[in-house]
Amino acid sequence: MFLARVVGDVVATIKHPALEQRKLLLVQPLTGDGAPVGRPSIAVDSVDAGVGDHVLVVDEGNGAAQVLQRPRGPIRTVVVGVVDEVAGA
Amino acid sequence: MHFARVTGTVVCTAKVPSWRGQRLLLMQPTDPHGVPQGRHLVAVDLVSAAPGQRVFYVRGREAANALPDADNPADAAIVGIVDDVRAPEAATGDVPAGTSRGPGGG
Repeated sequence: MFLARVVGDVVATIKHPALEQRKLLLVQPLTGDGAPVGRPSIAVDSVDAGVGDHVLVVDEGNGAAQVLQRPRGPIRTVVVGVVDEVAGA
Repeated sequence: MHFARVTGTVVCTAKVPSWRGQRLLLMQPTDPHGVPQGRHLVAVDLVSAAPGQRVFYVRGREAANALPDADNPADAAIVGIVDDVRAPEAATGDVPAGTSRGPGGG
């Protein structure tokens, strides 16, 4: 899992059936102290996160399938939490 | 999932049987603004994308899972065509001047 900031969302009419009705968020990974690091990813939302939110993202297919309550499919990156606070970073 | 632009098609007459009937596309990974990042990849196309289009793709085991039969060796799969990226602030610091942020032609 990694910490990230939601920096946008992605609109896609044509997509894999597993992504239908899913909100796609653009997430920028962060260091422990909140600085952007690495390239942004597209993640499926599961917690109703929005632009500007500090979030927790899982990037592994089994965990993603479990969170989305689906059989294993093409989704591996899912926003699984909205971070209130990170202490001791 | 990450962004890419489709740059071509790959035709293989001889290929693993589990890819029969699947389209392979050559694509250039990009950042959210469409700026090329890293080397080209070949991906299985699940959304009938065309050269020039902006797409997003998944890598790893989940790419094989995108096909109807997950028992195949794909490690990259195109799973969506980008209509728009709505990012109120720059998603990655520096954006070269004149970089297109739109979905582009194709």
